[in-house]
Amino acid sequence: MGASPAKLVARDIVVEYWLPRSEQLFTAVDGVDLEIESGEFVAIVGPSGCGKTTFLNAVDGLIPIADGSLTLDGVEIRAPGRDRAMVFQQPGLLPWRTVLGNIMFGVEAQGTMTKSEALQRAKQQIEVVGLQGFEDAYPLELSGGMQQRVNLARALLTDPEMLLLDEPFAALDAQTRELMQLELLRIWNRDRKTALFITHDIKEAIYLADRVIVFTKRPGRVKTEVDIDLPRPRGLRVKRDPKFVAYEDQIWDSIQEEIAAKPERLLAGTPG
Amino acid sequence: MSIKEIDRVLPATRGETTRTRQYRSAVKPKRWKRYEAMVVGTVAVTLFLVLWQGVAVANQTAKWMPALFLPSPSDTAEAFVKLFTDPRQNIWADLGTSGFEFATGYVAASILGLVMGIGMGWYTRVQYALDPFVNFLYATPRIVLVPLFIIWFGIDWQSKVAVIFLGALFPMIINTMAGVRNTDAALLRVARSFGAPEMLTFRRVVLPGAVPFILTGLRLGVGHALTGVVVAELVAARHGVGKLISDFGTTFQTPKMFAAVIFIAGTGVLLTWTLQRIENRFQTWRPQIKS
Repeated sequence: MGASPAKLVARDIVVEYWLPRSEQLFTAVDGVDLEIESGEFVAIVGPSGCGKTTFLNAVDGLIPIADGSLTLDGVEIRAPGRDRAMVFQQPGLLPWRTVLGNIMFGVEAQGTMTKSEALQRAKQQIEVVGLQGFEDAYPLELSGGMQQRVNLARALLTDPEMLLLDEPFAALDAQTRELMQLELLRIWNRDRKTALFITHDIKEAIYLADRVIVFTKRPGRVKTEVDIDLPRPRGLRVKRDPKFVAYEDQIWDSIQEEIAAKPERLLAGTPG
Repeated sequence: MSIKEIDRVLPATRGETTRTRQYRSAVKPKRWKRYEAMVVGTVAVTLFLVLWQGVAVANQTAKWMPALFLPSPSDTAEAFVKLFTDPRQNIWADLGTSGFEFATGYVAASILGLVMGIGMGWYTRVQYALDPFVNFLYATPRIVLVPLFIIWFGIDWQSKVAVIFLGALFPMIINTMAGVRNTDAALLRVARSFGAPEMLTFRRVVLPGAVPFILTGLRLGVGHALTGVVVAELVAARHGVGKLISDFGTTFQTPKMFAAVIFIAGTGVLLTWTLQRIENRFQTWRPQIKS
């Protein structure tokens, strides 16, 4: 790619699970090869169960890779680190903590800030994600969309080099999802952090990303990459742009090829 | 209203009056429904007491069986008052003894149960090591150990504390362990992803989440501990409420015996109710089983 080395470099990543019930090794990701440039927003789409979330977990350092090399800024990824922050599919908020307390949990866990500094920054972060007036609300009092704002704010407060997003809007209703996509782009546009976004929603991927990577069916590897040449900032109307629709068709065709292909082996209840 | 009717909405009929319409509406609950449980419960208990009084009085006049077989509620109430006012009775010495035994055994069991429950919940190996002992002792009726404790610790408070302690210990261990084990896996993943050290994960994620379970353990422990007090004292004791009941029984003072039994039951209900109220305040974040 460019002259400067990429932010995230994944070379021939293999991730395997041991299945206790069938006593077999199960390959979830088999030879993923990709690079993400600094400041780039990349989305990965693929048929369900293709290993895209597994790959993201490996990038976060939550699960070990069996083979290949995975580096962020040239440093090998072995465990979760301060240079990455994850926005989870399930909000994962502490029910006994207020919005403010939950937003601070990430930096508290990392131990990088004093409490007063964290509190002050968390209050700023609340403005950024649009949760003013809900500082002292508890997660159970919030809607799904608002919970995901907290989830996002918690990750952003740690000021990571790279933001990892694991289908954060998948559980939201269609309208809230669109709104949150718009919000995410608005927030991302402030400092344009390198971002890796996992989704099964093709439109969401095109709308958000600079580049969409399509995974093959299980075991997952990169099938195609599509550069999304749509101007930023993007409003929701861009989704009806003929160019947008063309991207959608292209990616959908690619995924359909995968679904139509004869499955190698189907194992029920295996992690995607 | 039965459970089946909760969702029933009666269809509106054309031409009916507002009043009828409101009556038929299932949306707005009737005000008295809030007190329904209390009212029905009170009525049932009152009916029971009246019936009991009737049978007892009839028995006393007709002499079907000796009056001491069945003291009436009024006899029991009278005995209850006498129990607390008669200076010869010296009930406070017995209450003091039982209260002290209860408090000592219960507090000790709560502390050790908490520590063991956390240890067994957090460290699998600790659980593997202690599980056989916990299962064995939990399955043993603690009552059968009373004679042994009397041999070991004598008939004074020490043997009672031992029984109470063993009674309250297991609900505490088992519930605390369940609370620690039930920690939401998603929350643990979040903590791990942000690189939280083990101690921080424990203090900020696991322990607060286990609070509702710990409170349940404390509540269930009360019942076991109270049983322990009375039973241990029934077997052999110098003072205590259990000893009192035993004395009343062997001397055929049934009204006083009834009064003492009701006193113990009342204590149990009151303590359990208090702990249940505290528990309810924490219910909202008991980890839900997600589908």
